[in-house]
Order: sequence, then structure tokens, then C-alpha cells
Amino acid sequence: MAIRAAAGATAVQSGRLRSRLLTTVLVAPAGLWYLVLLVLPLVIVVVFSFGVRAKNGGYAPAFVLDNYARAFSKPGPFIDSLWMSAAGTLACLLVGLPLAYFIATRARRRKGLLILLLVVPFWTSFLIRTYAWLLILGPGVGVGTLLGGLVGGGRVDLLGTPFAVLIGLVYGYLPLMVFPLYVTLERMDRTLIEASKDLGAGRWATFRQVTLPVALPGLVTGSILVFIPMMGEYVIPQLLGLGRTYLMGNALVTDFLDARNWPNGSARAVGLIVIMMVTITGYLWFVNRGRRTREVSVL
Amino acid sequence: MSAPALPATMPRVARPSVRGRGDRLGSLVEIWFRAHSGLVYLFLYAPILVVVLFAFNDTEGAAARWEGFSTRWFGIALDDPVVRKSLTNSFIVAIPNAVLATAFGTMAALGLQRVGRRVRLGFDMLTYMSVIVPEIVIALATLVLFATGFDAIESATGIKLKFGYPTIIAAHVLFNTSLVLLLVRARLSGMDRTLAEASEDLFATPWRTFRQITFPLLLPAIVAGFLLSFTFSFDDYVITTFVSGPGSSTLPLFIFGQVRRGVTPETNAVATMILGFTLAMLLVGQIFLIWQARRAGRRGAGMAAVVGAEAEEPPAG
Repeated sequence: MAIRAAAGATAVQSGRLRSRLLTTVLVAPAGLWYLVLLVLPLVIVVVFSFGVRAKNGGYAPAFVLDNYARAFSKPGPFIDSLWMSAAGTLACLLVGLPLAYFIATRARRRKGLLILLLVVPFWTSFLIRTYAWLLILGPGVGVGTLLGGLVGGGRVDLLGTPFAVLIGLVYGYLPLMVFPLYVTLERMDRTLIEASKDLGAGRWATFRQVTLPVALPGLVTGSILVFIPMMGEYVIPQLLGLGRTYLMGNALVTDFLDARNWPNGSARAVGLIVIMMVTITGYLWFVNRGRRTREVSVL
Repeated sequence: MSAPALPATMPRVARPSVRGRGDRLGSLVEIWFRAHSGLVYLFLYAPILVVVLFAFNDTEGAAARWEGFSTRWFGIALDDPVVRKSLTNSFIVAIPNAVLATAFGTMAALGLQRVGRRVRLGFDMLTYMSVIVPEIVIALATLVLFATGFDAIESATGIKLKFGYPTIIAAHVLFNTSLVLLLVRARLSGMDRTLAEASEDLFATPWRTFRQITFPLLLPAIVAGFLLSFTFSFDDYVITTFVSGPGSSTLPLFIFGQVRRGVTPETNAVATMILGFTLAMLLVGQIFLIWQARRAGRRGAGMAAVVGAEAEEPPAG
């Protein structure tokens, strides 16, 4: 008996050991990748942000705050990025909300198709979709000639203007705004709208007092989803802004590659990451607060 | 107490006129909704159509005017050694990346079910981090990591490492592992645990339970993860451009370079072929998923029939 029990115990033990080994093997590759290619680069960036530029470019060890001071004293690209992303988010909202509402409440059987049509561009190359606007906005085919004809003052070249960059941003990220909006509106209790109308509320009042509060979580999620990538966008200002609209992404590339001032670029990168973290924390706070109030209202 | 009753009846009297006005306004709003939605879809698809259309433009150079229909630019693009090299490079990068990322992501999703809360939270944080931190920051940070690391290795051992396929693949795998991990975990959390438990109760080994129950249920997410990883890698410009070396530049890098110099019909032809290829892959993936769902449905129906028969048998016997 005792021997059998002992054998059982070792069997359980070896089973447990094997199970732990299996877990390690399963998680290790992804963990290793995260450590070497995510954590390590970010740590390097933070460390470099306190360093100085080596004589022939790159990084030399030091501990100074000059890079941050410089980034703060020349916040141009940073502020431009903030404005551009805010404008892009607002534009996505203005374009996306009616569309999401239409798909959620009016599309009926075509709902699936319309959603699929929003997904498909997302599967195609971002670069190709962006440069397509070079053809449309540039001289020749496009809107520029058309607009010029309307105004009567020759062709209007939109390329290289902030407006072109804004169009590119909205075009690139619109679906990310529409999906969460659609999900919240789709789940909305339609009787609420009828109740509101029965109580004599007009369209605008119903929209403002019923639809908008219901859509708010989707609206916030969508705004975060488009705002964050817009802040770090590089290809769109480079192609459609012709490099003239100089956003954070462009400034980072200049710092790292052209000026080869790694510490300077690192400080800016840390600033960008901090903004992201603040935005996300604010978002999580909002989500949790919403959950808490909803629980209270259920009680 | 007639005062409180008044507001309740008031709207009822006033309603017909409100409704009448609302209906006319309502149909206008409906029309506007339709028009707006139609315009948004036009906005989403017109640029893609323009690229495809101008790939068939019969011009000599970079003319942006329509000069007639021709397919010759496709021939020119396919004969271009630079295009061929870039295309080959794209596959050399995208396939190993998709295989590795799918394996790592799926394994991690399964493994994370078996670890403690703290490890899982740490892992989650890193996963979201890789999604949230702007691509350009990760790209530049990875560039700096490789450059610094390679210098250190060279001064320590004398071995000179270079940027090329491995650096691109390594950087792509990071993003795509998180992607696959998120997809597979979503599927896992929505999965019916009772099947796996039933299998364990019937004394199936863990491996057999995995092979016959868990894996088939996860397959749609794994396939979707593989396809997304492949297309991400195939289409990526930002990360690739900073970690590629001489001779390893992919199709998006070729397109970017061309575009900076002025879009030619050849660029559009290459772009059109990429679009076609990506969409074909999407279609094949969709068909596979539908086929798989049908098969699973049929098998499920068969199983339900068996269970039903067994349930009915005892009273008969």
C-alpha cells in the first residue's frame, strides 16, 4: 500500500512537472519575442533619451535632461500632431456616426454586406490606398482640376496641404470609428426612440438625449482607436503632405535617420508613448466608471 | 388633482401636427442617411478603383491623363527585375513570419490558460503595449536595438551581423504574435468548455483532447490569424523600411520609392496585382472558414442525432 501510494505521489509529481514544462514551452517563444523585440527596444529608447549624441551620430552614454528640454522648447511637430489627430478624430466621427446609425437601424438584410464592405479595404495595403489619393488629389485626373474648374482659377493643388493629410487620415482610419459605433447602436433598445418620440420629443432632442448617450461608449472607443494611430502616423504626412506637413512620425524619422541624433529622437518617442499611456488610462477610467454607474443604476 | 393630468394629455392632442411635420422632415432625413452612406462607400472605394483603372492606362510615362486601354504595363511590371526581386523578397519575409507568428501566438494563447494571474496580466500588458505603441516608435526602436546589438556583437566576437530578411521577419513576428494571440484567445474564451471536459471524462489523453476537440474549434481563429499575419507582413511599409538591408527590400518599399518619384502605370499595375492577390487570399480564407463551419455544423448535427437516439433508446429497450 505504502509503496503504491508513494508511486502515485511521484506520478502526480512528475505529471505536475511535465505540465509545468509544457506551459513554459507554450509561452516561452512569445515571451522571448516580447522581451527582446518589445521590452528591450523600449528600455533602450528610455535609456537613450537621457544620453547625448555621439560625435558621428548615434548615442553616447550620459545622464542629461537636455533632450527633453529641447523637445519641450520645440514642440511644433508634437502640437501639429495633436491638432491633426483631433481634427481627424472629429472628422471620422462626423462621417462615421451617420453611417454606423444607418447600418445599425436601416440596412436590414444588407447589414452583413455593408459591414464586409467596410472590412475589405482594411485587408488591402494601407500604402496603396494612401498613394491612390496622390492620383486623386494631384494634378491631372483629379479633384484638383475639378475644383479649379469650379473656382475658375486654374487647378487647385491640394497635395502637400494639411487638408490632404486630413483626408488621408480619415480615409485610412474611418472603419475603426464605425465598427464600435455600429456595435453599440446595433445593441440599442429601439423602443427607447419610440418612447422618446411618443413623449413628444423631436428628432434632434431624441438624438441628443437618447441615441447619443447610448452610443457614447462606442463613440469613445472609436475615437481612441483612430486617435492613437493618427498620432504616430508617418506614411500619410510623408506621401500626401509631401513632407511639408511635419508630424511626430516625420520628426522621429528625421531625428533618428537624418540627424542621427538618437537621444533627441528617443526623448520625443518617450513623449509620444507617454501621451498614448495617458490617453489609454483616461479611456480605461471612463470604461470602468461607466460600468460602475451602470451597476448602480441596475441596483 | 387635474393639474398633473394636463401634461399627460397635452402631447396627445398636439401629436398629429408634430407627426405630420416629422414625417416630411423624416423622409428628408432618410434620404440624407442613404446619400451620406452611399458617399462614404464611394469615398472608400473610389481611390482603389482609380489605381486599378490607371494600371490599364495606355501612356508612355507618368501621365495622369487617360490615354486609352492597355494591359501592357502588367507585362512591363512582371518583366521588371526589380519588381520580381521585391516580390520574391515579400514572400521570403511574409511566409516564415506568418508561420512563426501563428505558432507562437496560438501556443501562447493556450499556455496562458495554464499560468497564474500575475503572469497572465503581465503578458496581457505587453500584448496591448505592442498594439498601442505607435508602429513608427517600435520600428525606430527596433532599428536602434539591432544597430547597437550588432555593434556590440561585432566588437565582442568579430562576427558582423547585417540587416536583412531575419531582422525584418523578427520585427514582423512581434506584431503578428500579438495579433494571433488576441484572435485565438477571443475564440478560446468564447469556447464551450464542456466538450473538452467531456473528452477528459471519457479518459482521452490531453493531447487527444487537444487534437480532436480544442484544435478544430480554434482552427477558424488560427486560419484568420495566419492570413492576417501574412497580409500584414506582405503590406507593411513602416517597420520593413527601417529594418531591411540592401537586397531585402519588399514590394511596399518598391512602391513607396516609385511613388516618391511620381506614380507610373507600372506602379499601378504592381499595386493592382497586390490588391488582387490580397483579396484572393481573403476570399480563399472566407471560403475555407465557411466550409469548415458547414462541416462542423454537419458533424454537430450528426452528434445531436446520435445523442438524441441514445436518449430515446432506454424507454424503447
